[in-house]
Amino acid sequence: MIRHLAAKVGGALVSLLFVVALGFLLFRVIPGDPVVAMTRGRPVTGDQLAELRARLGVDKPLREQFVDYLGAALRGDFGTSYVYSRPVLELIGERLWPTVLLTGTATVLAVVLGLWLGIRGAWRRGSRSDRVSTGLALAQWAMPTFWLGMLLSLATGDLFPSGGMRYPDTPPDFLSQALDVAHHMVLPCLTMIAVVYAQYLLVMRSSLLEEMHADYLTTARAKGLRDDLVRRRHAVPNALLPTVTLVFLHLGLVVSGAITVETVFSWPGLGLLTYEALTGPDLPLLQGTFVVLAGAVITMNVAADLLYRVLDPRVRAA
Amino acid sequence: MGIRRFGAVTAALAVALLPTPTTGAAQAQQPVTLRVAITQQVDSLNPFLSVFQAGTEVGRLMYDYLTAYDVKDQHPVEGLADRWESSEDRLTWTFHVPEGKKWSDGRPITAGDVAFTYDLMMRDEVAATANGSFTADFESVTATDDRTVVIRTKQPQATMLALDVPIVPEHVWSQVSDIAEYRNDQTPVVGSGPFVLSEYRANEFIRLKANKDYWRGAPKYDELTFTYYKTVDGAVQALTKGEVDLVNRMGPAQFDSLADEDGITRNKAQGRRFNEIVINSGAATRDGVPIGDGHPALRDVVVRRAIAKAIDLDAIIERVNGGYAQRGTGPIPPVFADYHLEPATPHPYDPAAANADLDRAGYARGADGTRVSPDGRRLELRLLGHASRAYDEQAGEFVKRSLADLGIVVDVQIVSDNQLNEAGTAGTFDLQFSGWGTNPDPDFILSLHTCGQRPNADGKGGTTDTFFCDAEYDALYAQQRAEFDPAKRRELVERMQQRFYDQVPALVLGYDNALEAYRSDKFASFPVQPDPGGVIMAQNGMWGYYGATPAAAAGEPSGSDTGLVLGVVGGALVVLVGGAWLVARRRGPRAEDRE
Repeated sequence: MIRHLAAKVGGALVSLLFVVALGFLLFRVIPGDPVVAMTRGRPVTGDQLAELRARLGVDKPLREQFVDYLGAALRGDFGTSYVYSRPVLELIGERLWPTVLLTGTATVLAVVLGLWLGIRGAWRRGSRSDRVSTGLALAQWAMPTFWLGMLLSLATGDLFPSGGMRYPDTPPDFLSQALDVAHHMVLPCLTMIAVVYAQYLLVMRSSLLEEMHADYLTTARAKGLRDDLVRRRHAVPNALLPTVTLVFLHLGLVVSGAITVETVFSWPGLGLLTYEALTGPDLPLLQGTFVVLAGAVITMNVAADLLYRVLDPRVRAA
Repeated sequence: MGIRRFGAVTAALAVALLPTPTTGAAQAQQPVTLRVAITQQVDSLNPFLSVFQAGTEVGRLMYDYLTAYDVKDQHPVEGLADRWESSEDRLTWTFHVPEGKKWSDGRPITAGDVAFTYDLMMRDEVAATANGSFTADFESVTATDDRTVVIRTKQPQATMLALDVPIVPEHVWSQVSDIAEYRNDQTPVVGSGPFVLSEYRANEFIRLKANKDYWRGAPKYDELTFTYYKTVDGAVQALTKGEVDLVNRMGPAQFDSLADEDGITRNKAQGRRFNEIVINSGAATRDGVPIGDGHPALRDVVVRRAIAKAIDLDAIIERVNGGYAQRGTGPIPPVFADYHLEPATPHPYDPAAANADLDRAGYARGADGTRVSPDGRRLELRLLGHASRAYDEQAGEFVKRSLADLGIVVDVQIVSDNQLNEAGTAGTFDLQFSGWGTNPDPDFILSLHTCGQRPNADGKGGTTDTFFCDAEYDALYAQQRAEFDPAKRRELVERMQQRFYDQVPALVLGYDNALEAYRSDKFASFPVQPDPGGVIMAQNGMWGYYGATPAAAAGEPSGSDTGLVLGVVGGALVVLVGGAWLVARRRGPRAEDRE
């Protein structure tokens, strides 16, 4: 077990190192002089441009820049954002919790909804309710997120705010702030759930369907157990395995947020930050978000792997 | 049991009612707030670093400049200085900073603060990041006493009364050791403008309080907030829902959608931006070495003029801008009436004449109707556009069809902004969409097209997009820069634009209107700049926000509070009903189990 753990964590660290290096190379391929992009549309002299380049270090040869970047990254320093003139990690830290709050809540609710509907659907497969719920989920999944979001916002009228995370004039005490944030979270959360629950529904439904004809279920029924109990105690726990992996893999992506939902509802999260960094291009910020997002996926992959061994004795034996 | 139930009911009631008393109480004594939606990030609150429009706009509210632009016609008026004079040779300027103007912490504003600010930009490269071009030609700045600043420049500088530099308090900024690290968001931030920064949440909102001691007089309301919306659609929705009071940067469709909304007034203003198609008339470095791969035929002014004649500007404005733009001539929009060009010999929309011109110049049509230049190259051109702007794609189709009638094949390529910038600097394009915002002083926009703005040998150092290099234009540029007689300068600027217009290194398509809307049920009026026909937001100054007048009966509850109560109660209901239903479901089978 220890050896297995060490191998997994070691592999993850190598992947992370690879990501750090890739982060540098990948973003140098993007065309565009960051300094020209930054100063577009305002009066600057050639001297000012040269001075900016020197300050940002983009006038050095690529190899030198890479060594500088790698050294700093290993020390946990991802440099200073060109646009915001602030440390990259600080900017990421600021945006992390709104994203985790939004996508985390939405994911939990989507998982619950998806699994529940998936179980029901599989158990009564082919029924009208199964067809309706599967069809509906697929239709929502296929809908453009920004369109769905705007539709929701229009349809609910004055009930929910159209964007942001809180009103500027909310009293500073905790309760008012929390209520305000919750109020602002309703629409983006609903939009995300509507779009993502379909995949949980489908995976749960199909893996439960696979179990349906298994012998142990026939045995259970033969013992005289009620249908409901057969489903809850025997079929579902076995069918849950693939879903657990899926959930964990998605948790890694939770950090990256949903760029579209964050854009439609102006939610100040990491998804938006990444998008802004890309349009800059704000190289240090882009590299920083890239490493953080990839790091989250890698970590959750390791976690899913380990958890699977705990949940499924067959994997441990192998 | 009874007591416990009573407790639960009271707790539930308390939770349900809590939001109401807090918002109710807040409302009773609620200050009058102007809530503005912005769709661009504020990059920094440090006035030496901020370059985004949203950032500089907040800077204008927090800090006064040495001089200001008049709200009516943008001529220089009193800022921190109330009088100024220049020497015979235009190299020495003396500004008088009158007594009685105060920083928001009560300390007097002196000539020393002004000298300190400019001096900081001259000796600290980081402090020159945002506005360094204004002090680049300064020889020295001295405060001869508390009321007088003397600035000596290396050469005559026509922009001396248009120095877009926020003046900062010396007693605060002299303590700052590292300008690059200083965020200037420790509230309340000491400033001299009509508003004082009171809260800043990056990417969410900015709150400013009215400066009651402002030397021009206090604003007519208490607070000003800027809330950040990522999309204009979001901002427009917030306006219709009553969450914000003022929105700008709308597209034609969004603007039209607000036409019949109650309580909303729209403002169609003359903009200070123009859209253009840059024509690669021979990209080269500053030393004249050709770069890029522009089509050689475009070096022929006959071809460029034919292109200009073949494109129907009015039709583009009608179909692409939805009518919300004015026809293009030179790079200075009509909003700056003094300098805007009305060409003596305009290029009318006349495809027949354009065709005849090309025939005469020897660009014969090939078998498939495509023209071939005398040296045998087919007239096939690439037109690059920004993927981020719908305008480019739509207008691009228009240009493609117009030039097809001329026997010129156009391949419209919509690419990322960075790719477009890259191709622009490297000269690897034939035609490309571009555009600039123009300042009241025409110097910068005119300087872009001088020979010196072309890139140096390694492709860096210039800010031109046309690569235009014309001896006549450059000579006129140098003259206007040193000309202090307004009428004479106006004439020189006009001649420069006429030269630009005749040589067609770029075709100015039109000047977009700035489309804005506000809640007239909450705010009765805003000053526009210029007056009439001008903008409320993105002015050269702070007049729009400073002079906003609240509507008399602004007492009705705002949508946000009602929404909050309804939303929270609604959410609580959903949770309660859902929970009850789940519990009921769990109970059902268990009861059966027991049987």
